[in-house]
Amino acid sequence: MIRETWLNAATLTLLVAVPAWALVVDEPFTITLATRAVIFAIAAVGLNIALGLGGLVSLGHAAFFGIGGYAMGILAHHAQTYVPLEIGPLTLAGTKSMPVIWLTAMVTSGLAALLIGMLSLRTAGVYFIMITLAFGQMFYFFAISWPAYGGEDGLSIYVRNGFPGLNTLVPIQFYGLCLGVLLLVLGGMFLLARSPFGLALNAARQAPGRVETVGLNGQRVKLVAFVISGVITGLAGALFADLNRFVAPTMFSWQMSGELIIFIILGGTARLFGPVIGACVFVLLEHLLGGLSEFWLVYLGALLLIVVLFARGGIVGLLSGRRAVHD
Amino acid sequence: MTDPVLRTRGLHKSFGALVATDDVTLDVRAGEIHAVIGPNGAGKSTLIAQICGTLAPDRGTVTLDGEDVTALPARDRARKGLARTFQVSALAMEDTVLQNAVLGALGARGRPWSFLRAATRDRNLRDTAEAALHRVGLIDHAATHAAELSHGQRRQLEVAIALTLAPKVFLMDEPMAGLGADGSKQMTSFLDGLRTEAPILLVEHDMDAVFALADRISVLVSGRVIATGTTAEIRSNRDVRTAYLGEDA
Amino acid sequence: MSAILIIEQVLNGLQFGVMLFLMAAGLTLIFGVMGLINLAHGSLYMVGAFAAAAVAGVTGSFVLALAAAMGAAAIAGVLVETLVIRRLYRADHLDQVLATFALILIFSEGTRWAFGSFPLFLDTPSWASGPVTLPGGIEYPKYRLMLIGVGLAVAAGLGLLITRTRIGIQIRAGENDREMIAALGVDISRLYTLVFALGAALAGLAGALVGAIQSVQVGMGEPVLILAFVVIVIGGIGSIKGALIGAILVGLTDTLGGIFLPEVFKLFMAPAGATATGSALASMAIYILMGAVLIWRPTGLFGARP
Repeated sequence: MIRETWLNAATLTLLVAVPAWALVVDEPFTITLATRAVIFAIAAVGLNIALGLGGLVSLGHAAFFGIGGYAMGILAHHAQTYVPLEIGPLTLAGTKSMPVIWLTAMVTSGLAALLIGMLSLRTAGVYFIMITLAFGQMFYFFAISWPAYGGEDGLSIYVRNGFPGLNTLVPIQFYGLCLGVLLLVLGGMFLLARSPFGLALNAARQAPGRVETVGLNGQRVKLVAFVISGVITGLAGALFADLNRFVAPTMFSWQMSGELIIFIILGGTARLFGPVIGACVFVLLEHLLGGLSEFWLVYLGALLLIVVLFARGGIVGLLSGRRAVHD
Repeated sequence: MTDPVLRTRGLHKSFGALVATDDVTLDVRAGEIHAVIGPNGAGKSTLIAQICGTLAPDRGTVTLDGEDVTALPARDRARKGLARTFQVSALAMEDTVLQNAVLGALGARGRPWSFLRAATRDRNLRDTAEAALHRVGLIDHAATHAAELSHGQRRQLEVAIALTLAPKVFLMDEPMAGLGADGSKQMTSFLDGLRTEAPILLVEHDMDAVFALADRISVLVSGRVIATGTTAEIRSNRDVRTAYLGEDA
Repeated sequence: MSAILIIEQVLNGLQFGVMLFLMAAGLTLIFGVMGLINLAHGSLYMVGAFAAAAVAGVTGSFVLALAAAMGAAAIAGVLVETLVIRRLYRADHLDQVLATFALILIFSEGTRWAFGSFPLFLDTPSWASGPVTLPGGIEYPKYRLMLIGVGLAVAAGLGLLITRTRIGIQIRAGENDREMIAALGVDISRLYTLVFALGAALAGLAGALVGAIQSVQVGMGEPVLILAFVVIVIGGIGSIKGALIGAILVGLTDTLGGIFLPEVFKLFMAPAGATATGSALASMAIYILMGAVLIWRPTGLFGARP
């Protein structure tokens, strides 16, 4: 426990110190890299609510990541072209305001998660994996074949969206904003895991029969967890699109879903900081190995095999020398 | 005499050609321990599953406190006052003893939709959970993880979770299994005192415990109740002796 | 819209469906017998296609190319099963997903390494190219007709294998009760390797057959894999019959939806908007079908009821 706390503190320190150092020595690319890691971490913490706490192996979370991305892309696109967005009888103006975009991203991905969750949770185990994967793919093909927002080519945004009181065009300010969101999400996760809801969710994963026997609806608890999880991953999607000032169907791809799971496993399931450490290590590997070889994914694959076959508990488990125990 | 707390009428379930329970009718009255005994494969597990609602009968009804609950899922029966314990412990093994008991208290409260305050710091949940743990003698192990408990302690925790529900009737699936002589004795005396709180339908292999505890006994053989009566009646029943001992020997 | 067009599209849908069946049959067997979810099944499809393209390039023989595809995929399957998959049978689904995801990365990047990023081309054999005239005067590509024939023949062969042979009995026993087949004295680990190799060979065959009408490239396997998952969800895990019916349903829905939905929308929308809406919805049609089946029957059309 104590070593894990130290590990978490060290991670936080690095998340502050590395970009600060990059600012001093004027390395904006490092800040961008760190922002990427932090946004991936938010998405993975979101997924971890479903996967780590609820035991729901969703291979379709790219759907929410992509919906968040397109929420940003579509709203900003309408704002920069001054064409209002018409949905049936409703006419909405586009926006370049992050809070509005975030809210839209969270609401739409939450609705999608509700729908996908209601269908997928009718099943369990391997069916659940295949179905979430399939629904993720559905959004991918929809994005490709829907021509209004760029189809396969995606949408570019000229200028990063704004946040009140900040200049988001300055990399370190945008980084700080993303880090703030990550800390909020981590705080929420910390509370949620210990709350009555988290207790019920945890128990629904470990002993589904028990939860029903004490009179609780385990499936509904899992559905709510799936929705919360989708909402957070959707928010991360909006941030990711803003980081790149670009959104494309690849955000919906099944590889994206797979990578989100990899972040969690690299770091360690159901550990508060597992997904954060996993996402940072992934971005670092991507950068370092990607610089060494065009075929760096081979090494990632090999590393992943080793982690799965030999190092259950991920990096946090390895370093803290303790098997994952929920508390 | 008052209505029985729990009653089954003509419960019938077959899997293809195999009849698992054949018109099982029995009741549990206030203040009693009603034991169900029978050889392996007599249909005890299938009967339990139908009573607690994880398996739908082909025909027949289950009545809880005068209300027909046959169509309700397990969690609704639990809410209406049926608390079961599992033969093979179904605990959240990665959680602590206290957390497992708090889950029961949360079930009794009925609403898990609280996201911020720690469950184990919620005064009401914690009080209910700790009171139950105290009664079964597990309070000193509240911080232990369920996975680290001995077999007997897991049994005690099963019972503690059932206690947090403050049920109208207990359904206990072999609470003595694997307890050893001392453990059995302790559990027997505990259950003995529990019957005044709520009656118990006790499905049990341990004959010493059954004859020590039960007010009435039903004998299940090949899915049928071949006899119901007081311990003395069952002891002297010829059918029971031949059918039951014949199968067992 | 003419009857000829409709029949043509139905045949296209059937052809797509039976190719999906070759993928889905292996996946569903592997899941049914070993309880394993294998994301790398699409990689075996790709291995088959590349092996076929390479052998056809050297020998010029399509039949040899098909044999090579099945052989290479089966060998890759046996290697993967003995080195990695075997350790995963008792693991939870999450580990299976990750390990087989890792295998995809290794297979895909390894193939890119060996063959480069550019697509290869595999020609349809001369004896099967050109159109054939069907009763009613419909001209249809001979090769695609052959694919339908091969797919149905494999389905029939698998059906016989499962119901009539010793291996088939062992496979069915394995689906019902793993302990039992051990008790019957069957060498489980050999049976598992065999089932895996069989599934791999079918995937390789599908990759090669489809490779001749599309291009052979890295990443070709995964979209087919995901469609095969949709097929299995619809048909029910472990059921060969379900895989066949699910595959044909998905093949027909996807093909006919893509052609007819835009037409349907033209009935009440402006043509440009109708085409966009219609094709966007068509891309979702099979998933909507899957959702509908799930609502109706959560374990699929022919899956075991819980």
